[in-house]
Amino acid sequence: MLVLTRKLQEAIKIGDDIEIQVVSIDGDQVKLGITAPKQIDIYRKEIYLDIQKENSEAAQVPTDLFDLLQKNSIND
Amino acid sequence: MNIQTKYFGEVVIEEKQMIQFPQAIPGFPNQTNFVLLELPNNPIFHVLQSVTDEAVAFIVTNPYHFYKDYAFDLDDSTLELLEIKSEHDILVYVIVSLKEPFTSSTINLQAPIIINQTANKAKQYITNDKVHDTRTPITPSHTKEEK
Repeated sequence: MLVLTRKLQEAIKIGDDIEIQVVSIDGDQVKLGITAPKQIDIYRKEIYLDIQKENSEAAQVPTDLFDLLQKNSIND
Repeated sequence: MNIQTKYFGEVVIEEKQMIQFPQAIPGFPNQTNFVLLELPNNPIFHVLQSVTDEAVAFIVTNPYHFYKDYAFDLDDSTLELLEIKSEHDILVYVIVSLKEPFTSSTINLQAPIIINQTANKAKQYITNDKVHDTRTPITPSHTKEEK
């Protein structure tokens, strides 16, 4: 990982098309402004990891648990 | 064509049923082609099955069955990626994490699956708001306060 130190309002360029700027600093919270091409998705990392984890769990439903679904179909 | 499925053995599908996920799915970077399979006698749930990997299949459902007021904004880049031209193109599904007992199952309202049914393109769209829960109870009556 490349570690750079920036002050308020300073920025970082990643390649030609991506820029990250320190917009404000408030106590222990740093507000970052990100400019990137539309096709590149930007997420809070912990949310992305959480989705990955939940997808993996959801894909692991064993067949007998799946049968449970059939039984409950009418109630919902 | 014939494909192998996780829950239904070998199934015959048509090319036009295939849904392309240009950006795959978080956690499954190689999975770009899926089909939606119906459950016999169960219109509420479907299975989103990978066309290439038998073991990769998700139980999905229409979130509005459970949360009528579910709403979120779709960003322009998603509309473009999926070639969405009108609201009628859009189908929304959410992935179900099935648990025992069934009532403790959860649905992922944080990251719905957006499908353009006209272009057969889809994406798991991560809503960047803090309103929706990745593990929302499937039974609203058991819900704690929505954040």
